[in-house]
Amino acid sequence: MAKTLFEKIWDRHVVKTIDGGPSVLYIDKHFIHEVTSPQAFKGLEKRGLPVFRPRQIVATADHNVPTVDQHLPIKEELSRIQVQQLLDNCKKNGIELYGLGHPYQGIVHVIGPELGITQPGMTMVCGDSHTSTHGAFGAIAFGIGTSEVEMVMATQCLLQSKPKLMRINVDGKLNKGVVSKDIILYIIAQISASGATGYFVEYAGSAIRDLSMEARMTICNMSIEMGARGGMIAPDETTFAYIKGRQFAPAGIAWDQALAKWKQLYSDKDAHFDKEIHIDAATIEPMITYGTNPGMGMSVSGHIPAENEIDEKEKPSYLKSLAYMGLEAGSAIKGHPVDYVFIGSCTNSRIEDLRMVASFVKGRKKADNVQVWIVPGSKQVEKQAIEEGIDKVFEEAGFHLRQPGCSACLGMNEDKIPAGKYCISTSNRNFEGRQGPNARTLLASPLTAAVAAITGEVADVREYL
Amino acid sequence: MNAKAINKISSTTVPLNIENVDTDQIIPARFLKATSRDGFGENLFRDWRYDSNNQPKKDFVLNDPTYKGKILVAAKNFGCGSSREHAAWAIKDAGFDVVVSSFFADIFKNNSLNNFLLPVTVSEAFLEKVFTAIEKDPSTQITVSLQDQTITLDATGDREQFEINDYKKTCLLNGYDDIDFLLSIRGDIEKFETTLA
Ligand code: SF4
Repeated sequence: MAKTLFEKIWDRHVVKTIDGGPSVLYIDKHFIHEVTSPQAFKGLEKRGLPVFRPRQIVATADHNVPTVDQHLPIKEELSRIQVQQLLDNCKKNGIELYGLGHPYQGIVHVIGPELGITQPGMTMVCGDSHTSTHGAFGAIAFGIGTSEVEMVMATQCLLQSKPKLMRINVDGKLNKGVVSKDIILYIIAQISASGATGYFVEYAGSAIRDLSMEARMTICNMSIEMGARGGMIAPDETTFAYIKGRQFAPAGIAWDQALAKWKQLYSDKDAHFDKEIHIDAATIEPMITYGTNPGMGMSVSGHIPAENEIDEKEKPSYLKSLAYMGLEAGSAIKGHPVDYVFIGSCTNSRIEDLRMVASFVKGRKKADNVQVWIVPGSKQVEKQAIEEGIDKVFEEAGFHLRQPGCSACLGMNEDKIPAGKYCISTSNRNFEGRQGPNARTLLASPLTAAVAAITGEVADVREYL
Repeated sequence: MNAKAINKISSTTVPLNIENVDTDQIIPARFLKATSRDGFGENLFRDWRYDSNNQPKKDFVLNDPTYKGKILVAAKNFGCGSSREHAAWAIKDAGFDVVVSSFFADIFKNNSLNNFLLPVTVSEAFLEKVFTAIEKDPSTQITVSLQDQTITLDATGDREQFEINDYKKTCLLNGYDDIDFLLSIRGDIEKFETTLA
C-alpha cells in the first residue's frame, strides 16, 4: 500500500496500539533543557525509577541562560538554580549535557542538526514546541509537555494518536528578497494560527527542494504556529550532504547502510493526505506580522486589514490585538519606526542567517533609533561567525553579537524588549508579552530585520537590493 | 477512588471569551523558573490579571468576584503556542477541573489530560449558548459528566456529547496515568528495541 513519509516512519516505531486509544510510539532521540525537565526528573525520583535509556537523551542549557558573560555564574538566582539542577540531574543519570561553557552548547533545535544527531527516519521529541524543526531532515519530531518528558525518560515511549496528514506544496521560484521565513509566514497567514491543528504537515514542491537545510529548518520550525503537531520534508541529496561528516553522523559502512534506508523515505506516489494545499512561490513577498499571533501576517508593502474586512465574530480579538500593537486597522506598516531588532532564536540564528544579515549590512550603519541584538543559535555558530569575520561586519554596523541562547525569543532571561517598544524579530512568536511585558513584536525574515536595523523602520528589502 | 480521578463536575463558571489564547498568556515565560509543579496558579494569566505595579486589573474576569467555579469557558483555539505544561498546571492549581472550548491546541490538550484537567470540546453553537447563558446569569451552573461524555447547562437542560478516547477516559475515571501503563508493558518495549537495527 502506498504510504506517506510520515506513515513510513510512524509505522516503524509503533510498539503496539491500544484498542480505542492511542499507539505506543517508540522515541529514538530525546532532547531536554533546563526549563521543562526538572519536574520530570522529580517525578521519576518520586516513583523510584531510573532513566530508562540515558544514552538516547541529549541535554543543553538554552532557554534561561544569559547571553553576555556566560563564563560568570548566572546572576539571577532562579535561573541559576534551574541550570544547576539540569547539571545535577544529567550527572546523576548519565545524560550527555552540553551546558554553558561547552563548545556544543546552544539552542536545542540548532545543536541537534549541526551535530548530526538529527537524522532522517527518526522519532524525536523535546519539551519544547519547536521540536518540529528537526522534521526538516525527514524525521517525526514534535514538542511534548513535562509529563511526557517523564514518560520518555521512564520508558522511551509515548502514547500518541496518529494525527491527520496535510501536504503543503510550494512550487516555482522565489522572488528576489524573499527567503524561507517569508514562505512560512505566508503559509501561516493563509491558513491561520490554527489552520493545521490536528495535522502533521509535509512540505513539498520545487521551491522547498531548492532550499538549503538551514532554510528548510526555518520552515519546519514554525509548523507549530499554525497548530500543526509537526512539519517534515523528505530527505534528499541536500539533506545527506548536510549530515555527512558531522560529529554524530554515521560513518563508514554505517553511513552506507543509513543512506540506503534514508533513500526510502519519501511519500509514495499514490499516498493519501487528508488535506493538500498548493502555493505558487512567485506570489510570495517579504512578509511581516502586525498582530499578536503568527497568523496575522502580510506583505511588508501591504495594508493591515481594515475593520470591515474582518469577520464579525473575530472583530473583538482583532481589535484587541491591534490595540496591543498600537497599530491601526487599514494602515500601511512600511515606514513604521522600530526600536529593537532581534536576530536570533531556533527559527533564524544559524550561520546562513547571520551570513544573510552580514552580507546586507556590510558597509552600512545601523540607524540611531534602534538597538540591534544578534544572538547566535549555538557556540559553533558563534565560532564560525567569528572565523568568517561576520562579527567584525556587525561591529562596524553598530550591532551587538551576543552569546548563544533563546534570549529575547521568549524573554525569560534579562533580554527583554521594554514595554511599548517595537521589535522586528526573526523569532517565531508575536504573542502579547512574549518578548517582555507589553513588548510589541513584528515577526520577519533576517533580511527584513536587517533592513529595519539600517533604516530604523519597517522597510521593503527589495528596494535596497 | 484515586484522589486524582475525575468524573462528574457541577459548577458555576469563569468565562473567558477571547480567541487564540496562547500559553504565553496563560503563564508568561518569566514564571517558568520553578523546579516544582506547584504554585503556578498565582501567576495564571498574570499580565491580564495584574498591571505593571502588580495591582489587580478590575476588568479582568478572574478578578471579578461575580465569576467563580471549577469550569473555565474559553473561546476558539485555546492553549496554542508553547508546549509548556506549566499552563495546565497553572489552570489546575487555580482550582479548575474543566476547560470548555470549541477548539484546543494539541499539545495543550495532551498536557491537560496528563494533569487531570478535562478539556471539553463543544460545537461553536453550543459554546455560544454557554457564553450567552453566563452573560445573562453569571451564576449559571454547568454539569460535565465524563462517564456519559456530556456537558449540560443545568437550568435549561441543553446538552451536548463530547469526544474522548476510551483509553484516556479510563485513565481519568480511575486516576491512572500514562506512565503506569507504559511501565506495565516494559517487556514489550524491550522486545521492540531488539527489532530496531
Ligand atoms: S529559541 Fe525560542 S522558540 Fe526556540 S527553543 Fe528557544 S524559546 Fe523556544
